[in-house]
Amino acid sequence: MEMEKEGGARVIRLKDVEKEYENGTYALRGITLTIEDGEFVFLVGPSGSGKSTIIKLLTGEILPTSGRVVVNGFSLTKISDRQIPLLRRSIGVIFQDFRLIEKKTVYENLSFAMRAVGASPRTIKNRIPYVLKLVGLEEKADQYPYELSGGEQQRVGIARALVNNPITIIADEPTANVDPARSLEIMRLLNRINELGTTVVVVTHERDLVNRFHKRVVLLEDGLITGDGIGYDAK
Amino acid sequence: MQRHDFGYFIHEGVSNLFSHGFMSFAAIGITVACLLIMGTFTLVAYNAEMLLRTLESEYEILAFVDDGCNEAQTKAVGEAIARLDNVKSVEFITREEAMEAFEERNLDEYMRRNILPEMFRDRYAVYVNDLNQVKQTAAAVEAVEGIGEGNVRVDEDIAGGFILVRDVASAVSLALIAILLVVSVFIISNTIRLTTFDRRDEIAIMKMVGATNGFIRWPFVYEGFLLGLLSSLIAFGLQWLVYASVAKGIEAADTLQFLSTVPFSQIWKPVAASFGAAGIIIGVGGSLTAIRKFLQV
Repeated sequence: MEMEKEGGARVIRLKDVEKEYENGTYALRGITLTIEDGEFVFLVGPSGSGKSTIIKLLTGEILPTSGRVVVNGFSLTKISDRQIPLLRRSIGVIFQDFRLIEKKTVYENLSFAMRAVGASPRTIKNRIPYVLKLVGLEEKADQYPYELSGGEQQRVGIARALVNNPITIIADEPTANVDPARSLEIMRLLNRINELGTTVVVVTHERDLVNRFHKRVVLLEDGLITGDGIGYDAK
Repeated sequence: MQRHDFGYFIHEGVSNLFSHGFMSFAAIGITVACLLIMGTFTLVAYNAEMLLRTLESEYEILAFVDDGCNEAQTKAVGEAIARLDNVKSVEFITREEAMEAFEERNLDEYMRRNILPEMFRDRYAVYVNDLNQVKQTAAAVEAVEGIGEGNVRVDEDIAGGFILVRDVASAVSLALIAILLVVSVFIISNTIRLTTFDRRDEIAIMKMVGATNGFIRWPFVYEGFLLGLLSSLIAFGLQWLVYASVAKGIEAADTLQFLSTVPFSQIWKPVAASFGAAGIIIGVGGSLTAIRKFLQV
C-alpha cells in the first residue's frame, strides 16, 4: 500500500482538483478540500454542481484530470489497478437507490459483501449480528429486501457499508428514496456511526435535514467550493 | 486463495449453472455439436491415415526378373533394388510360388489345369516407405539391370486415392477444429455474458466493496469449466455411439470390404482426453472473454 506522507492514512485530501469528462463537460474546476479523520461532513449543492464527481473520484471510479486526490493513504493520481480494491475496502458506500440484491436475504446481502473481500465464514458469522444490531435490524436478518420498507432497506445499505469496517463512509443522497420521518432516523444512524469513530461524508440537498445537525457543510456550485462551515444556512 | 474461497467459488459456479438452466442447456448443446463435428472429422482423418499405413505396409511393386538371369544375377538384382531410396524391403518370389498364389486366387479348374510354371516369371515384391513416391521408386526399379522397361507393375491409382482421402480429411478436420473452436468460444462467451448481464448489479457491488477482479472472475471460470466438462462428457458418449454404429455399418456392407476401422476401444483414451481438453478450453475461454467487459468498473 502506498501511503502519502501528507495527511496520513485516514484523511481525505483534494488539492486543485479538476475534472473534465470526455464530452468536454467541466465537472470540477479546481477544488481544494480536506476531511480529517473522524469528521462528519455534508456535501451539498444543486444538481450538476460536481457532488457525484467527487464521490466517483473518492471511490476510484474515475481519475482527476489534474490536481491531487489522497484517500485514506492512497494517492489516486498514482494508484495502480491492483490497489483500487484496497482503496475501496477502506470506504463504505451508501447509495440513494440502496442497490441491494433482491434475491438475497438481509443476512446474505451482508455476507455477500464480506465474502467479496475474502472474509472467512467465522468472521462473517461474528460480524453480521453486531452490524445488524447497530442499525436496528437484528430481527430482519432472514427477510428479503422487497419485504422491507424504504427506510429499512437503506439501513441494510448502511449495514453493508459498515460490515467490512471501513475508515470512511460515503453516503450518496441516502435519504432521497426514504420518507421524511425515516430520513431523520437514517441521519441519526449515520451520526451514531460517526460517533463510533468512522469518518462520514454525506451528499445531500435536504437543507432542513442538514440544519438539524450541527455539522460541517461544504457547498458546491458549478464545480467550485463556494462555502465551507458549520450548518447549511451559514453558507 | 484460501480454502473457504475455493468452496465459495465452486458453490457459486454450480449455482450459476443451474440458476440459468436454459442458457446452460443451450451452451452445452452447441458445444456438444461443435465437439461432435470436430471429433467426427478427426476420426475420419485418423482412420484414413491408418488405412493408408496398412496399405503402405501391404502395397507392393512387382518387379519381374529377366528370364535370362541366372541365380547369382537374380540375387544381385534383388540387392540392387533393396539399395534404392524409399525401398523398405524386398521379397523374392519364385515362379512356382507365383503360380500357387495365382491358383489360390483363381479357383477356375480349367485355368488351373492349363497353367504351367513357365508362364510365370521370377519376381521381386518391393515394399516402400512412402506411397507418395511410388512412381519415382517404380522408375528406379525399372532402371535396375535385370529388370528392364515394362517389367514393373505398379498400381498408382489406389495409392493416389488413399493419399487424397487422407489429405482432404486431415485438412478439413484441421480447418474445422480451428473454426469450430473459435465459434464455440464465441457462443459460450455470449451465453455466459447473458448470465453475467443478469448479475451485473452483484458484480458492481462486489467491485464497490473492494473485491479483486480475480475473486469476481473465479465463479464464472468454474461455471465455464463445468459447462465445458459436461459438454465434453456428453459429446464423448455420443461420439462413441456414432463411431461404433458407423464402424458396424462399414463392416456389414459388402461394397466396403476394402475399408477397415480402428476399434473405438483402441482409441477412446486419446479421444476422451482431446474432448475433455477442448471442452474445458472452450468453457473457460468463453467465461474469461465474457467477464472481461464487466470487470471494467
